[in-house]
Amino acid sequence: MREVRRSEVQELMNKGAQVAEILGPEEFQEDHLPGAINLPLRKVETDAESKLDPNRPVIVYCWDSA
Amino acid sequence: MSPRAAWRLESLGFAEVCDYVEGKLDWLAAGLPTEGTNAQRPRAGDVARRDVPTCRLDEPIAEVRERVEAAGWDACVVVNEERVVLGLLRVQELGRGQEERVERIMRPGPSTFRPHVSIEELAHHMLHHDLPSSPITTGDGRLVGLLRTEDAARAVHGAHEGVDEGVGS
Repeated sequence: MREVRRSEVQELMNKGAQVAEILGPEEFQEDHLPGAINLPLRKVETDAESKLDPNRPVIVYCWDSA
Repeated sequence: MSPRAAWRLESLGFAEVCDYVEGKLDWLAAGLPTEGTNAQRPRAGDVARRDVPTCRLDEPIAEVRERVEAAGWDACVVVNEERVVLGLLRVQELGRGQEERVERIMRPGPSTFRPHVSIEELAHHMLHHDLPSSPITTGDGRLVGLLRTEDAARAVHGAHEGVDEGVGS
């Protein structure tokens, strides 16, 4: 796992990386990055493999670094 | 939360996992596009005027005043070479002095707001604090544009009427 900044996020997205928001569905519905899927932290165990391709890069994010 | 999710994905066999640590707040504060219910509502960054005149700290105020008036404005944002906001010149400051440098006359450190703030919330704040305009900046202080109270109020009115006024010049 590695940390990325905004500019690299944009580059990876342009190259087709998958993007997953870790917040809950209400926050996701209000605002999310273009093309992101919603994968709340507690659903990672059960839903990750059905929602994401493990062979392609994945970017995860929540609200901020706090 | 995102580091935990990233590590867990890696342990589940995901080949390349990246953690965007600064997250959604950083994305919104940069004024980048989003999807979702809020994406259709006007925000400060949509309404802020990007053609606001700018000047540097060391310019003579008379030259700046001439340039600002020629452009049909009554305000100017003082920025550095990185477009980071350092000050603001409104009518009162623009009308003062001749040879003095901008840095001696400007309002230093004006309050700034992020592009993702709801226009309704910000319009209310500006009216309540009698602010004629407010600089909109990214999270790292770079100028996005100047939000004028009249533009904010018009956008709120348009949003309430459900009319697309084509805000965001």
